[in-house]
Amino acid sequence: MTASAALSIRGISKHFRGLAAVTDVSFEVPAGAVQALIGPNGAGKTTIFNMIAGGFKPDSGAILLDGKPLVGKRPDEICRAGVGRTFQLVRPFNAMTVEENVAVGALVWTDDLDEARDHAVGVLRLLGLEDKRFALPGNITLPDRKCLEVARALATKPRLLLLDEVMAGLRPTETDRMVGLFRDLNASTGLTILLIEHVMRAVMALSHSIVVLHHGQVISAGTPEQVTRDPAVLECYLGEEAL
Amino acid sequence: MKRLIEGVPLRGLLLLAVCAVLLIAAPYFVSDYVLSVLIIVLYFAYTGQAWNLMIGFAGLLSLGHALFVGIGAYASAALFIHYGIGPWAGVFVAIAASVAAGCFIGYLGFRFSIHGVYFALLTIAFAEFTGIIVDHIRWLGSTEGFFLPVSNRQTVDLLNLRGSQAMFYYVILGLTGAALVLCRLLLNSKLGYYWQAIREDQESAEAIGVHLFRYKMIAVAISSGLTGIAGVWYAFYYNNLFPESTFATGKSIEIILGPVVGGVGTLFGPILGAFILTPLGEVLTSLTEGLKIDGVKQLFWGACVAAIVLFRPTGLWPWISSLLGLDPRRDGDKR
Repeated sequence: MTASAALSIRGISKHFRGLAAVTDVSFEVPAGAVQALIGPNGAGKTTIFNMIAGGFKPDSGAILLDGKPLVGKRPDEICRAGVGRTFQLVRPFNAMTVEENVAVGALVWTDDLDEARDHAVGVLRLLGLEDKRFALPGNITLPDRKCLEVARALATKPRLLLLDEVMAGLRPTETDRMVGLFRDLNASTGLTILLIEHVMRAVMALSHSIVVLHHGQVISAGTPEQVTRDPAVLECYLGEEAL
Repeated sequence: MKRLIEGVPLRGLLLLAVCAVLLIAAPYFVSDYVLSVLIIVLYFAYTGQAWNLMIGFAGLLSLGHALFVGIGAYASAALFIHYGIGPWAGVFVAIAASVAAGCFIGYLGFRFSIHGVYFALLTIAFAEFTGIIVDHIRWLGSTEGFFLPVSNRQTVDLLNLRGSQAMFYYVILGLTGAALVLCRLLLNSKLGYYWQAIREDQESAEAIGVHLFRYKMIAVAISSGLTGIAGVWYAFYYNNLFPESTFATGKSIEIILGPVVGGVGTLFGPILGAFILTPLGEVLTSLTEGLKIDGVKQLFWGACVAAIVLFRPTGLWPWISSLLGLDPRRDGDKR
């Protein structure tokens, strides 16, 4: 089984009542790439994630994973198709231990609880959370809860991982650790990663390419170097001093 | 077997074994009156366990579980009275009918995304109008009641579930034990993990591959089926069924009081709750017999629930189990 999947977004739009959240957005995430989706608050980034993961149905347009359409499928079907996601605000299963949280993710590909729990321990070890595995999510720190969110998504063995601001609220050293982790994962398994991120330090260190959204539209796309020199991006998002 | 006792401390197993032995031996040393109270306790422990599976494990609130008791009771009684089909065959029909009713309600609720308290209202509505329907079916005795022939209570006819108090006691004790084992196994399986995930956060669960509709339906099916079995026992124990008392919301509330007091979502909460509430209610009723106060038991139960909600919102069992050292949770860790 390959760990990579290519994502193709073709002209998707989403309106909430009169508000156009996303308008005719298209971009490609090649298999094995790490791509960032950046832009100001309200640009439509999370809305796009929700459309990919099946939370919202786009009003128009197509979303393809390895050429197969995702639009119209339920979130759990999209997960089984190979898309793992994290939520911007962490949403752990609070009454279950850290290990049990992650094991639920692994149960998507196995019916054997022991196998799922073993896999969960492995994923937690990878993320440096192994010693917290019997803790309840309410009793660990926010960075650890963010890690748990990632661990749970990784346990489903995704081929495309959607990360929604997992670095937000982390200290720089923790950010660097997360960056290292995703870089290793991407290099060792070929896992395709699409991330929404405001922490430019992480975006620049991780991504092969960047898509910039503003008011629900793509205003720039390219390598990190190209995007950060784009006047349109500097004006609406990064600011002049980013250079 | 390994999964059944995995992680349970030795003293917990010993305590459980002592309780089991005491309950098995009870008919030999308690009076008929105490035995009849114990029978009611176990009936509520069993139905509470079945109800708890839906709300406590999967987070689905039913306030109409009397519906499944009633369906099980009327189905098996009708087969027995009209066709002479015994309860051991009738129980399968009872289960099928209860599960079908549960799945229908579940389908309506989950298909049209009726959540929480609105789903609970749906369950109440079904229980109430099924009672009204039965009211108008002569074949089921309508309002005048549906009666099983009362036979000699001294001989034991297990095949037709006709016999002494002790026989009914052992049947309901067996059911309660079996339900406890079943719930323990389910909770420590893929199903149990998925149910808990759904209970905690549906959207998160769905995002990591949990098919919400399917797993909610399974919870409703198992819970309604188990409750339907209780209905068969109920019909053959009481020998009379009246629609207004069988399907009434008050009956559903009686089922949920035990788990609420004992601890929703715990395995022993429903049993503990039944063992506390039922005997106290009985004692209170007999103490105030001369005073003729209507509803004193209900008033007392209401006070109990209010006290629990105020002081032990997670129920008594989590508190008692940690007092007894049965819960090895330390420093916020849950093992």
